[in-house]
Amino acid sequence: MISLTPTDEQQMLVETVRRFSAEVVRPAAHDADERGAFPERVVQTGWELGILPGSIPEQLGGFAEEYSAITGALAYEELAYGDLALALQVMTPALVAVPLLLAGTDEQRASGIEQFLDGAPPAVTAALLEPAISFDPLQPKTLATLDDEGCYLLNGSKAYVPLADGATSILVYAWNAEAGQVDGFFVAGDAEGLTIGPREKLMGLRALPMNRLALDNVRVSPAQRLGGEAGIDFPAILAHSRVALAALAVGVMRASLDYAIDYAKEREQFGAPIATKQAIAFMLAECAIEIDAARLMAWEAAWKLDQGEDASKEAYLAKEYAAKAALTVTDAAVQTLGGHGYIREHPVERWLRDARGFAAFEGLAIV
Amino acid sequence: MAISFNIPEKLQQGLQMTEAVAKAVMREESRKLDENEHQRPATFISMMWPVLREQQKRQLDRPSGERKREGPGSFNLNMVLTFEILSWGDVGQMLCLPTALLAGAAIEAVGTPEQKERFLRRFAEGDAPAWGAMAMTEPGAGSDTSAIQTTATLDPATNEWVLNGEKIFCTNGKLALDESDGIVVVWATIDRSAGRAGMKPFVVEADTPGVTVEKVEIKHGIRASDTASIVFRDARIPYENLLGSAEVRRPEVTTMGFKGAMATFDASRPLIAASAIGVGRAALEFVKEKLAGEGIKIPYDQPYHNLSAVQRDVIEMEMQLKAAWLLTLRAASLIDHGLQNNLEASMAKTKAGKAVTAITQKAVELLGPLGYSREWLVEKWMRDAKINDIYEGTGQINTLIVARRILGYGSRELR
Repeated sequence: MISLTPTDEQQMLVETVRRFSAEVVRPAAHDADERGAFPERVVQTGWELGILPGSIPEQLGGFAEEYSAITGALAYEELAYGDLALALQVMTPALVAVPLLLAGTDEQRASGIEQFLDGAPPAVTAALLEPAISFDPLQPKTLATLDDEGCYLLNGSKAYVPLADGATSILVYAWNAEAGQVDGFFVAGDAEGLTIGPREKLMGLRALPMNRLALDNVRVSPAQRLGGEAGIDFPAILAHSRVALAALAVGVMRASLDYAIDYAKEREQFGAPIATKQAIAFMLAECAIEIDAARLMAWEAAWKLDQGEDASKEAYLAKEYAAKAALTVTDAAVQTLGGHGYIREHPVERWLRDARGFAAFEGLAIV
Repeated sequence: MAISFNIPEKLQQGLQMTEAVAKAVMREESRKLDENEHQRPATFISMMWPVLREQQKRQLDRPSGERKREGPGSFNLNMVLTFEILSWGDVGQMLCLPTALLAGAAIEAVGTPEQKERFLRRFAEGDAPAWGAMAMTEPGAGSDTSAIQTTATLDPATNEWVLNGEKIFCTNGKLALDESDGIVVVWATIDRSAGRAGMKPFVVEADTPGVTVEKVEIKHGIRASDTASIVFRDARIPYENLLGSAEVRRPEVTTMGFKGAMATFDASRPLIAASAIGVGRAALEFVKEKLAGEGIKIPYDQPYHNLSAVQRDVIEMEMQLKAAWLLTLRAASLIDHGLQNNLEASMAKTKAGKAVTAITQKAVELLGPLGYSREWLVEKWMRDAKINDIYEGTGQINTLIVARRILGYGSRELR
C-alpha cells in the first residue's frame, strides 16, 4: 500500500524541529551568515532536540527501534527549513555516528556510539570531499597504503571538513590501495602529519566553519579502519548521504517558496498583488511541483534503504534531482522578490547561495 | 500509518496479464494502426472486452455501500498501474478500451440506481463491446468549460430534454454512438444566464435521432483512437437522462454541477499522467536498450563531470520520469485513502505531461537519424506523448489550478 503519512512519532519529531527552526534558527540566521557563525546557544538547542540520539537503536543506548533513513529525511528537511548551515552543523556528529551504525564492527560501535548520547555534541567530524574540480567520491585521491608494520599511511588533502578545527576525531575517507575500495579511517585530531588548514571561504554556508585538511603520512592502526578487516561498503553509506542531502535540499526549497508566496501576496504592483499575475503565479506553482517531486524521490529512496534494499540508484537520482530543483526554486524566489530579492536583508539570496552548494556536495557524507 | 511505497503483491500479480497484452498484442499492432488512422485495434478490443465486462459486472452488481465499508482500497492505484502498462504498449489502443470510462465515472458518481442499471448494464454483458464517452469541449469552449453553448431545453409537453449544439474532441465518440450501443455524457446548459450553475450532464444513447457524428479528427498522434465531432439538432432524450438535479440557483445542493465536472478530473488526471508515463517509459527503455547495443552504459553513481552528454540526457529523462511517476502514485493513492487530491492530481498531470513530452522528444534526438525513422516506434511515441500535455486540462490549466491552491486564490483573484 502506498502511504505518505508519517508515523505519529515521526510527526511529533517534525513538529518539534519545525518549531525550533521557526523560533530559534530563523531569527539568528541572517546575522550568523554575516558573522560566520551561529551563537553557541542555537547549536546547543539544536543538539538538544535529540535528533541523532533518537536515531540510534535502543540496544546501543539510543531511543530508536532501528535506524531509519525516512525519519532522518523528515528531520533534515525541517532543520534545513530553518537554515542549511545550522542543519549541517547540528548534524556534523552524524557524519561519524551513522557510518558507525551502518558499517562499524561490534567493537567499534560499542566504544564509539556512547559519545553521541551526551548532553553536548562530541567534537567529531568526517572528511570526504577533496579540493579538485573532478572530485569523484568513488575514486578519492587521498590514499591509504599499508606500511611494514601493518598500519595505514594516509596521504592527500580534504576540503570542506565541517568543524575540523578543534575536532578530537576525524573520519577520513581514502582510497585503500590494497583492498581496492574506499575506506574510512578514524584519525585523531592531533595526529602527527595532520594539518588543519585555513577556514574555507565559500559562496554560501558561511555560518558553518569548514576547513581543509592536509594528510602527510598520517599513521593509523588497522583497528581504526571503519568496519575492521572487511572495511566498508562505501556506496551504501553514500546512498544514505545522498538521501539526506536531498531532504536538506527540500527544506531549503520549501523555505524559499513559502517566503516568495508570502511576498508575492503582499507586494502590489499595477494595483494588485503580484501573485495575481500568471507570470509570478505559474513560476511559484512550478516550484511547488518540483518541491513535492524532490521530496517524494528522497522518501522513496529512504524507504527502500529502510527495507534493507539496494537503493543506490534511487538515492543518486533523488540527490541529483533535488540539487537541480533547489537551484530552480531558490532562483525563482529571488526572481519573485526582484531587486529586493538581491538585497541581503531578505533571506532568499542566501538560500540561493546555499542551494548552489548541493551540486558541489556530491557525496559530502552528511548522513 | 507510516510512509510506504509498497505496491501490494496481489496488484502486481494481477498486472502480469496486462503486461503480456501490452507486449504481445499492442506493440505488435502499434505501427500498423498508426499508419492506418481510424482502423480499430480489433485484437486488443476482443481480448479486453471479456475481462472488462466481468469487472464492470462486478462493479455494477456489488451491494450498494460496499466500497465505503472496505477502508483504504487500491482501486485507483491499480488503475494508474494498469494505464501505465497499457500506454507503454500503445496509448492509441489503450484509449479504445471498451469501457464506460469517463461517462461511467460521472454516472457512478451521481446516478440513481435506476440510471446505473439503464446506462451501465450494456458494459457488463453481451458479446459486443460497448463504449462510453464524455462530450464537454466545444469549438468556442476549450479550457474555459464554463463557456459551453450547447443547450438542453425541457419540452414540458413530452417531458423530454431537447439538445442543440456541437461538441468536438470527444474521445471515443464514434465508437460510442456509431459502432456500439454506447453512451455519451454530454454537458449542456439549461440556463445560460446562470453561468456555471446552469451546466448539467446528460446521458445520450446511441441511435438517438438528431445526434450525428459529423467527423473524426485526423491527428498528430494517438491515431488508433477516435476523436469525434458530434452535432445535436433537436435531439430528444428522456427527462431521466439528466444526471443529478435540475436545480440551478443553488449549485451547492446539486450533486453534479460544474464542480462535479471538475471533480471527475481529480480521478481522471492521475490516469492521464500514468498514461503519459507509460509512453515515456517505453521511449526511455528503448533508448537505453539501443545505447547498450552500442556499448553505452548509464551509470547511476557518477559525478556529472564524469558523464557524457548522452549519459546526462538519459539520467535527466529517468529522473523526470520518476518524479512524475511518484507524483502520480501519490495523486491516485490519496483517493484510495478517501482524501482530497485536487492539488496533487493537477501537479501529477502537469509534471507528467511536460516531462514525457520532453523525454520522448529527447529520445528521438538521441537515436539520431534512426530515431526519426518510422521503422521504429520512437517517433510515434513522441507524437503520442504530446496529447498528455493537452487533454484533461492542458499543462497551463493544471498549472493555474496548482497556483490557485498554493496561493489560496480562487478563480476571481487569479484568472
